[in-house]
Amino acid sequence: MKKILLYSTAIFVAVITFLPFLWMISASLMHQGQANTYPPRLLPESIDTSHYYKLFSSLDLSGYLVNSVVISLGVTVFSLLINSMGGYAFAKFRFRRKDTIFNFLLTSMIIPGQVTMLPVFLTLKNMGLINTYWAIIVPGMASIFGIFLIRQYCYSIPDSLIEAAKMDGASDFKIYLKVILPLTKPILVTLGIFSFMGTWNDFLWPLIVMTDSGMYTLPVALANLMGEHVQDTELMMAGSVVTILPVLIVFLVLQKYYIKGIMMGSVKG
Amino acid sequence: MKKTTFSTLALFLGPGLAVLLIFFFLPVMAAFILSFTDFNIYSLGNPDYLRFVGFDNYMKLFSDDMFWTALKNTFYFVIAGGPLSIAASLGAAILLNSKLIRFKGIFRLTYFLPVVTTLVAVAIVWRYIYHPRYGLLNYFLGFCGIDPLDWLGDPHLAMPAIIIMAVWKNFGYNMIIFIAGLQNIPEELYEAASLEGASAWQKFRNITLPMLAPTTIFITIITMIGYFQLFAEPYVMTQGGPLNSTLSIVLYMYQEGFRWWNIGYSTAIAFSLFIIILIGTVIQFRVQKALEK
Amino acid sequence: MKSKLIFLLLSAAIFWSCGNHTADKTTITFWAIGAEGEQVSKLIPEFERQNPGIKVRVQQIPWTAAHEKLITAFASETLPDVFQVGNTWVPEFEALGTVEPLDDYLMKSGVIRDTSFFEGILSTNEIDGKIYGIPWYVDTRVLFYRTDVIEKAGYSSPPKTWNELYDLSKKIKAQNPENYAFFLPTNEWLPFILFGIQNGSALLKNNDSYGDFSGKPFREAFEYLAKYYYDGLAPKDMQAVMNIYQAFTEAYFSMLITGPWNVTEMKNRLPAQMQNKWMTAPLPSPDSVYPGYSLAGGSSIVINKNSGKKNLAWKFIEFLSSHEIQYRFYNQVSALPSVKSVWDEPALKNDKYMQAFYVQLNRTKATPKIPEWEQIVFAKIQQYAEFVAAKKLTVEEALKELDSDTDKILEKRRWILEKEGKL
Repeated sequence: MKKILLYSTAIFVAVITFLPFLWMISASLMHQGQANTYPPRLLPESIDTSHYYKLFSSLDLSGYLVNSVVISLGVTVFSLLINSMGGYAFAKFRFRRKDTIFNFLLTSMIIPGQVTMLPVFLTLKNMGLINTYWAIIVPGMASIFGIFLIRQYCYSIPDSLIEAAKMDGASDFKIYLKVILPLTKPILVTLGIFSFMGTWNDFLWPLIVMTDSGMYTLPVALANLMGEHVQDTELMMAGSVVTILPVLIVFLVLQKYYIKGIMMGSVKG
Repeated sequence: MKKTTFSTLALFLGPGLAVLLIFFFLPVMAAFILSFTDFNIYSLGNPDYLRFVGFDNYMKLFSDDMFWTALKNTFYFVIAGGPLSIAASLGAAILLNSKLIRFKGIFRLTYFLPVVTTLVAVAIVWRYIYHPRYGLLNYFLGFCGIDPLDWLGDPHLAMPAIIIMAVWKNFGYNMIIFIAGLQNIPEELYEAASLEGASAWQKFRNITLPMLAPTTIFITIITMIGYFQLFAEPYVMTQGGPLNSTLSIVLYMYQEGFRWWNIGYSTAIAFSLFIIILIGTVIQFRVQKALEK
Repeated sequence: MKSKLIFLLLSAAIFWSCGNHTADKTTITFWAIGAEGEQVSKLIPEFERQNPGIKVRVQQIPWTAAHEKLITAFASETLPDVFQVGNTWVPEFEALGTVEPLDDYLMKSGVIRDTSFFEGILSTNEIDGKIYGIPWYVDTRVLFYRTDVIEKAGYSSPPKTWNELYDLSKKIKAQNPENYAFFLPTNEWLPFILFGIQNGSALLKNNDSYGDFSGKPFREAFEYLAKYYYDGLAPKDMQAVMNIYQAFTEAYFSMLITGPWNVTEMKNRLPAQMQNKWMTAPLPSPDSVYPGYSLAGGSSIVINKNSGKKNLAWKFIEFLSSHEIQYRFYNQVSALPSVKSVWDEPALKNDKYMQAFYVQLNRTKATPKIPEWEQIVFAKIQQYAEFVAAKKLTVEEALKELDSDTDKILEKRRWILEKEGKL
């Protein structure tokens, strides 16, 4: 009896969480106007892929897709490199005021990013980076959260391994490359997913730094599309599917790392 | 171990700290200075048209109805939406932690899906779900005998609508953290309680909740910080309307800053938000300390 | 190895994106807004055919984000060579010193001259005697009404004065108390400004440095409109009207003030049996001079002062302003031509709905030409309209607060005017 109750609750919640997605996909395949009927349709009468076709032909969503992919990958690659070096240094190097600096970084995590938007915008403008991929990649290359995550993980690496490598005459950089990076692979994957998804899903920043519509990322392009096509429910749903799908795939493939990362991030340092 | 040499330090920490300095710490300071000026569209055209105005921007906030509305709405969102989404996370975590349930992986995955999806896209989807005539939500409510509601068009319903969507979108994230917390509770505690004849509710009240307290505090803090920064949902779904009922602080800051280029004023709004979040965080740390004792 | 490859590809892609935008000397970039922006692309091949060697790159931005996009682009020095602005934005870009004065171009032009355009519309582009924008398409508001409903209420022709409008509304309401007569959305600032201007309000005073909404002309107009809410002649619950076409069909309201795009929309969206039951008319007037003023709206095209291709940009403006292209654009999106001669074309002349617009376009006024204007109407006026309709504030209280809000917005303008000795 209790089991039935638990199962029905679990299934009920699952249906609620999944229904919006289901409807999104379903509506994106309906004929024009069919998503706006009463009573609402749950499934299309017959499959109509013309909205997807329109997205990639006359509305040219593929360019935005490329932008999103390059920017998200760019942030991911750079942030992995820079944050892992920083995190490793904070975990294993010995230098003055290490803890003071690190605690200062940690504390400043509560400053909301919005505070910095305007000055960062003006800085990027002076660097001539507005309307380039760098406008999103450069500010995203280092994050306090990323450094924190790597540092936590590096603590689990025994010092003896590093010492042994030093004995063999390896340079600091070589140790990082040959010992630390392979050992921190799981957390690197986690951080990579975080960076990729965070960048992919971000809206406000690309909205601001990409004044040239050819440089929009998918979410910005989608919100833009909404302006003129708010009546075209089916088209908007197709656009949403295209925007969501890549992150969803990344998530499904790498979900166990991602979930592990959330748990790690919640362990207080 | 001897001290790391400066050149090695510079190699490893230099890039990260430089990026943080240029794109975070200096901008924070610049923003702080800007918040004491009247930098606006005129100053953008001609730097001579810039004045230091002391605390004027901050004083102006106090008499600015829009700011108070935004503040009120944001608090509404944090105070109603925050606990609701934490409760949903906890409920889901307990459900999935139950030994009676199988296929945990599938359920967990499903519950987690909204978290990873693009906010703008789901906000657009929900806009249609909330449609007063054709929306799914009203259709299902119709079965319960509830007349169609104009979710995003009615000033009293727009914020609840945004809260419902936010809970749906976010509960999976905290659920994972709660599951981790639940798994750390030693099984023996429950067994001992069962032997003493404790009811399920008593076990929850006297074992689960106290043992989860540190996790809960952590979740409360990150949820609060995140929820105070409400922006994309109202930007996409309502543009702050109707009757400013979904105007959040960040949305207001965005409008003042990037729509009207009242930069001085906009940075003052941003810092007020920072101070509010700071106070909120400090209070919660205090609560945590008190609980630990 | 694999990761190195990805890294290399990525860097290549990123660098490519940077180099990609140094467009050559013969390509001009044009930013256009909204549906017209989507449609203008279709005219480009014709322009490129007429002007071999010049290429135009069009970018479309939606109205909801257009203003912030343009100003942000100014701040980052990424404005295109030539771009569309709502004609009320011209003062803002003039204040930023980013738009090119066009008087010389206009004087030398063999295609257009200042008399080609409607006077009221052109004047919105004129600041301190210089013209900064060329009207592209125009927009003014007229009265749309249900012929059958007003006939039943005893009116054979549309109302010509405020009194008639009110009287007619009362009669319509009396016929069917469930319904309303006049649609006056509280979330739109425009009707409020419109009636104020009709009544002779300048909206601002002292060289546009203080609000003048509490002044008698504006107050009277606002009180007049508030009566429509208080007497149940206009719906104040905007949620009740999700779809104005449906509401108009159901005679939920029978009159509304709106713009030219709704002629097309009404033709498309109203059911067939409704099509001979609606009409457009110039606006009623507070006095005996018919019609009353309407707003000089529309979009203008401006040239970026820092563009290196101003002559090419001007060629493009001339192209968009030529009789043929204006006419074609009208047929394409029903954007009302800014060039007067186009209105003699049969498609416009014989369109019974268009006549009201032509009459009205000859009687328009501009809103105050200051950068802050958009901010005042956008953020403030509709807010107080909502409060008045909901009876949270009286008209007098609302206008007093509106004035004080406006004065706050204008504080910096006063300071600059004083500094320049203009106050």
